[in-house]
Amino acid sequence: MNLQGKTALVTGASRGIGREIALELARLGANVVVNYAGNESMAAAVAEEIKALGGECFIHRANVADSEQVQQMVKETIDRFGQLHILVNNAGITRDNLLMRMKDSEWDDVMNTNLKGVFLTTKAVTRQMMKQRDGRIINISSIVGFSGNAGQVNYSATKAGIIGLTKSTAKELASRNITVNAVAPGFITTDMTDQLSEEVKQELYKQIPLGRLGEPKDIAKTVAFLASDNSSYITGQTIHVNGGMYM
Amino acid sequence: MSEVLERVTKIIVDRLGVDESKVTLEATFKDDLGADSLDVVELVMELEDEFGLQFSDEDSEKILTVGNAVDYINSKL
Ligand SMILES: NC(=O)c1ccc[n+]([C@@H]2O[C@H](COP(=O)([O-])OP(=O)(O)OC[C@H]3O[C@@H](n4cnc5c(N)ncnc54)[C@H](OP(=O)(O)O)[C@@H]3O)[C@@H](O)[C@H]2O)c1
Repeated sequence: MNLQGKTALVTGASRGIGREIALELARLGANVVVNYAGNESMAAAVAEEIKALGGECFIHRANVADSEQVQQMVKETIDRFGQLHILVNNAGITRDNLLMRMKDSEWDDVMNTNLKGVFLTTKAVTRQMMKQRDGRIINISSIVGFSGNAGQVNYSATKAGIIGLTKSTAKELASRNITVNAVAPGFITTDMTDQLSEEVKQELYKQIPLGRLGEPKDIAKTVAFLASDNSSYITGQTIHVNGGMYM
Repeated sequence: MSEVLERVTKIIVDRLGVDESKVTLEATFKDDLGADSLDVVELVMELEDEFGLQFSDEDSEKILTVGNAVDYINSKL
């Protein structure tokens, strides 16, 4: 696989899965824009690693839930690289609580970042991708958008919502050679899952046929495939990367 | 033909692959020129680039005919 000469924008790329996606796309030769919300030093460290690989890269702070900030980020990407082929909508947060205890703000925060963020970023890149007649949009959903999860009514709703958004966008943009797909990770070792207790993890292993949590690189490799020419006839689909936990 | 109409016509002919004679002021993009909704969005994008203008979403929705586009552009130039 080769992404030489392509430009990729990865949201939430300062840590976890997004970081690994940014690195993987850079290894394959893409220019990468590393988006982050606040963690500048971590984003800068990702950029350093990419530069060490010989890749072109810059970091850009933007809240994906803010229309103006997103438009500015896309504009800077195009000003700098002249084009934009790959968008990975990876930024996401959790605000877990039982339904009965969930605050409106917990619902709204997760909706805004996880779902509205995907809408705004996708909308912002579409003009350029339509002009190019070439685009790859990859949205990071989650296993819990399919299976549900106690304590995550807000989060699981956004992750299921991403699937509808993915399919509708795929239908709208297919005629312009833009593919739109989703990747639904199972439980992956990142800051998001480090919060789980050892007990919970032991329970989890029993539910995962492959018997381990996933690694960020398991997701990154799948995203790279969907960003590459090898997947040019795939659109509107979801690839589940979960060790067999949900089939 | 006004200069604006000339430039608009050229873009429509290029983008939609229609005969220039069909591009009249009264022609509707969808019915007369065979554009689908996405074609119209793309045309507006190209007109924005060509004339260095920004069409608001509300205004774009009102552009149904070639004449609407020409009038709109003239009102902004
Ligand atoms: N980890 C899992 O097991 C798992 C499973 C299924 C799905 N996922 C999904 O995979 C994606 C990445 O998860 P992760 O575990 O890697 O998360 P993470 O380690 O918590 O990292 C979250 C990333 O998103 C960024 N971010 C948060 N809010 C943002 C906003 N409003 N605007 C822009 N960036 C924002 C963060 O930037 P800062 O560093 O600046 O805060 C950070 O780079 C998420 O969509 C998540 O839902 C994860």
